[in-house]
Amino acid sequence: MKAKIFASLSVLITGAILLYAVTDFPDFGDPGSPPNAGVPGGAPSASRYYLENTYRDTKVPNVVTAVLADYRGYDTMFETVVILTAGIAIFAILRVLRRDDAPAAPDPDPARTDHTIDGDHHRIIVGTTCRIAAPLIQIFALYVVAHGHYSPGGGFQGGVMLGASFILLALSGSLRETLTRFSESDYMRMAFIGIVIYAGLGLLPMWVGRNFLDYGALSGLFMTKGEEMARSHSMLGVEIGVAVTVMSIMFAMFANLSTRGRLRGGL
Amino acid sequence: MIVTFDIIILIFLVVAAIIALSVKDLLAAAMVFSIYGFLICLLWAEMGAVDVAFTEATVGAGVSTVLIVATVLNTRRRSSD
Repeated sequence: MKAKIFASLSVLITGAILLYAVTDFPDFGDPGSPPNAGVPGGAPSASRYYLENTYRDTKVPNVVTAVLADYRGYDTMFETVVILTAGIAIFAILRVLRRDDAPAAPDPDPARTDHTIDGDHHRIIVGTTCRIAAPLIQIFALYVVAHGHYSPGGGFQGGVMLGASFILLALSGSLRETLTRFSESDYMRMAFIGIVIYAGLGLLPMWVGRNFLDYGALSGLFMTKGEEMARSHSMLGVEIGVAVTVMSIMFAMFANLSTRGRLRGGL
Repeated sequence: MIVTFDIIILIFLVVAAIIALSVKDLLAAAMVFSIYGFLICLLWAEMGAVDVAFTEATVGAGVSTVLIVATVLNTRRRSSD
């Protein structure tokens, strides 16, 4: 009880300090704030540069994607590595690799049976609906990935949706059946392939003596007229790499978490 | 930025957060947490950050809820405190 009072007191004090700090922030959309106007007599504004020059530099209308995948390419690459690391960590902690014939998930909670759907007639309706829905989700996810630099979207969102379609199949049907289509060796391999696509696209400019992730040098490879379109195409490639990694890791997390790392049984 | 819309979402956000913390059934807490994520997604979209809203809708309200539910079903359903 004492610990609870102490915890709520510290939360309240931290919240009050944070609220007090917020009053010092510039207003929402204030054109005079340092990110928008730059520091007077100091650094010019970064966001103004992006807003004014992104389309000229990269021919990408979605400034957010251009900043993520091009101007700040390092950040996005290592964000993808972070996701891969999370997947590997879950694999390392949960995955049971020895072959034991013990029941997959001994359940101490008797109240659990009230939320598991049993009976074949439920399975048929839910399974058929989800089998019809999954390809539609995947097509929309591919659109989100491929259209990420023209409209909201991109590799992370599309990858999560692709992973979610496999999770849906595993939830509605059986995990075993889904694993025959997207097996463990497949998704672990694809998680690394995504990073390799990203880093490989970043390494290619170094071949011709430019910087890492300086996509403008790839205009010869993509056979584009100027460097701008090469940057645009490279962004698509990078997004595909991110999507492949995120999709694999999302499904890997679900498969390991829902079966206690045995990849048998399922929810 | 519409102020009334903002206030309504923020009130629901606080209510959802309190419910998610106080409810004993962890499965229900996971669902309320999903609602919380979706409300934040609405807030992002309303402030014009559509890309972030998209990410929040897929990751925060979608996949993370599935992962939490999968974990809850493999542990105990009731919170101990």
